[in-house]
Amino acid sequence: MAIAFSVNGKPVSVEADADTPLLWALRDDLGMTGTKFGCGVAACGACSVHVDGSLTRSCSVPLSDIAGKAVTTIEGLKAADGTLHKVQQAWIDAQVPQCGYCQSGQIMAAVALIEKVGTPTDSQIDEAMTNICRCGTYPRIRTAILAATGAAAQVGDA
Amino acid sequence: MADNPNPDLDLPETEAPATKPKKKGVKRRIFLAGSALLVGGGIFGVWWTDSSVKAKAKSLTVGDGEHGFNTWMKIAEDDTVTLYSPHIDFGQGSHTALGQMLADELDAAWDKVKVEQAPADLAFANAALAKGFLPTMVGETVAGLLPDAIIGMMARSMPLQITGGSSAIRFTGEVGMRKTGAAVRAALIAEAADRLGVPESELTTSDSVVTHANSGRSLRYGELAAGAAERSLSSDPVLKTREQWKLIGKPVPRRDIPAKVDGSAVYGIDFTLPDMRVATIAAAPVRGGKLESVDEAPALAVKGVEKVVKLDDAVIVIAKGYWQAQKGLAALSPKFTDGGHAAVSTPAIYAAQDKLRQTAEKPDNEGGEGDVDAAFATVGAQVVEAEYRVPFLHHAMMEPFAMTGHFKDGTLTLWGGMQDPLSTRTKAAAAAGLEVDQVVFNPMIMGGGFGRRFPDLVEIIDQVALLAKQVPYPVKLVWSREEEVRHGTYRPQSSAGLKASLQSGQITAMRMDYVQSGNAEGEVPFIYNIPATSRRHFAYQSNQIDGPWRSVNATQIGFYTESFMDELAAAAGEDPYQFRRKHLPDGSRHRAALDEVAKRSGWGTPLPEGVGRGIAIVESFDTIVAEVVEVTLKDDGSPKVLNAFAVVDCGTAINPLNAEAQIMGGLIMGLSSAIGEQVTLDKGAVQQSNFTDYPILKLADAPPKVDVIFIASGAKTGGIGEPGLPPASPALANALAALTGKRIRTLPLLTQAKA
Repeated sequence: MAIAFSVNGKPVSVEADADTPLLWALRDDLGMTGTKFGCGVAACGACSVHVDGSLTRSCSVPLSDIAGKAVTTIEGLKAADGTLHKVQQAWIDAQVPQCGYCQSGQIMAAVALIEKVGTPTDSQIDEAMTNICRCGTYPRIRTAILAATGAAAQVGDA
Repeated sequence: MADNPNPDLDLPETEAPATKPKKKGVKRRIFLAGSALLVGGGIFGVWWTDSSVKAKAKSLTVGDGEHGFNTWMKIAEDDTVTLYSPHIDFGQGSHTALGQMLADELDAAWDKVKVEQAPADLAFANAALAKGFLPTMVGETVAGLLPDAIIGMMARSMPLQITGGSSAIRFTGEVGMRKTGAAVRAALIAEAADRLGVPESELTTSDSVVTHANSGRSLRYGELAAGAAERSLSSDPVLKTREQWKLIGKPVPRRDIPAKVDGSAVYGIDFTLPDMRVATIAAAPVRGGKLESVDEAPALAVKGVEKVVKLDDAVIVIAKGYWQAQKGLAALSPKFTDGGHAAVSTPAIYAAQDKLRQTAEKPDNEGGEGDVDAAFATVGAQVVEAEYRVPFLHHAMMEPFAMTGHFKDGTLTLWGGMQDPLSTRTKAAAAAGLEVDQVVFNPMIMGGGFGRRFPDLVEIIDQVALLAKQVPYPVKLVWSREEEVRHGTYRPQSSAGLKASLQSGQITAMRMDYVQSGNAEGEVPFIYNIPATSRRHFAYQSNQIDGPWRSVNATQIGFYTESFMDELAAAAGEDPYQFRRKHLPDGSRHRAALDEVAKRSGWGTPLPEGVGRGIAIVESFDTIVAEVVEVTLKDDGSPKVLNAFAVVDCGTAINPLNAEAQIMGGLIMGLSSAIGEQVTLDKGAVQQSNFTDYPILKLADAPPKVDVIFIASGAKTGGIGEPGLPPASPALANALAALTGKRIRTLPLLTQAKA
């Protein structure tokens, strides 16, 4: 069956079974591979996207729940003129990524946090940022989130 | 990166790895390709024909005195310098650092330097790596350069294109990149001198331009490139001094990062082709088991599923996309044998290891000096003993294995991420029954590796090779996370008994008897000044495949020795820092690193209630790292690290910004493994399945900040990707012991520290 929703502001229609997770519709049907597969059980957050503005682990949400909704992925964070989102820029400034595989999800989680609370406290960051990074970039993720909200100096400034 | 970065490039004549090159020694090639000048040097005709280590080393020395051009670069007429890295970059940042080393010696403008992945071709085999590893093989130099596991794989995978052993910078960079940059710079100067009719000594270079200050004339590298390429390159060029460095040692932003924040980076798992199908796999749950039977019908009944393929030990479902393949696989009830391993379990392995250690007539390998038994028997000696255990560990690279294969017109083309592109071809060819030159491998970027992607130990290469030969279309095989967790090439489950004697607060002798598959002697240097030492390895192999896991044997050996040093300090009634200090040579780099971490962490200053502090120091891959962690206990009794300090002496940190990230990441990975990670076995099968039961440390439980301090000792450049990890677990265990008075000797720590 065809399921219609929007991705990064553009209407899409995916011909797939209703139980297909959003992740695989994005990756295999729409060819948008910025959203990553990590675990398939919503445990790692590599597949994080926003659905109607809410942070969502797309590997565990069936397409039937997405019909008619607005999905934002990592590819949709840039402004129309190509300017990076302030969180993406903060990620570059703080040199966060190593292997980079989890960072799409980390950035989507950070953007959702900042949109929700403005300038997060350390404990709000602890609570919100539950995505796994095997490279251990957590201290720089924290630095970048704070820098994106103007709360702290960036790595290398010390 | 998947595509040949320059398909029109006239590559050096290639020799398939299966063919023995006609000539040994160094062949230097310089030639023009299109508008681009390709300086191809150091095509070392290295081929190890003899099985003995000595003969291997000899064949490597053929190129002695002619070294220098073991990497490949080109200069385009627009001044763009392209460097082809023989190392893959799976997040450790060595592409940028190698570029810095080359560009600094070349005096190239950094914004005109590109670093590309070298194609998986013999012409790009990394002779610098072989040279770097050579001293270990002939046993000439300091111990501890290289794990046996890596040497073994190197030998099998020559010619080299391997990434591992923290080798990119200390070997390829120091031996290859810097010399190549300097030699090409000299050729550019020589060319400019002729063209301008001035002596070379009057010319200077900067930002990709050769300048004659006296006449105010200058020539760009792009203008000089063609002529310079005709010149012979010095094999022993003068390198810059530390004071002349403009890029080396500077915090240069990594080149790969922008594509990793906007979703545009294409990893192996992201690769697609028209008409490509996606497959997923279930291998025998017990390592060593075989596929007995499977009814294909339930999978074929799933919409989108196209085919079921049976391998000797696995079943594969091919479908339109991953989700359909996964559904099809889940519908199957394959029957596998247990390969005769039904009795294998984690407790059984420890019990067998204990028995071996206590009853074996002699060890499989031995190291150390002096008579430890005599020291233990000395009247008045205080003898301390302790036993430690560490479990199998999963690499948990965030990108599950994925590889695409297409067999067409007799050629098997592969796309994916491996730590050695060349031996990926060799392995795929062997599996598919093809010649090596019938296999093309396109290296892709990788979502982590940590030792899991050495082709020798990677089953997915064989699986894709076999699969692709059976279907007319391109097929991408993707492992589920469950497959990844259950079929790892784990850090070995290992155990050890340590024994030492103390006299008046001095260690007089120390013995470590350890049981695991591989020998660690020569890999992790014993750093303390002790009159008598003995390290004895007892070889034990379970049904699992033990593989290199970030920092290889230094994880468990570091945990054993540094936990035990704290126990000895306690037995002597001394402070763990001071006790270590007095056993480290006066004026040594080790003592300096230990002193610095004590100073930076405020060792000895009061801590808040409920917080404990621990210290450890381990040398691995030529780098000394001393760490201090401060820990508290959460309500459930599990540890939470509040602060962490790492002092690092790697000689020179080529890119301090990236080196800091590597040390920080290594430390956190070490904490993660110590706190909660373990792969356990029951009836021969792995019990864990996903991140739900194989917990990786998350941000909230990682130290919010890791203070990383580099000591610029100027000593031989050491590795940076791995050495941050080993001190973390003993520092944490030591901090918990300081906090609770309870010594934990079996990892993971979990809630053992709970009162």
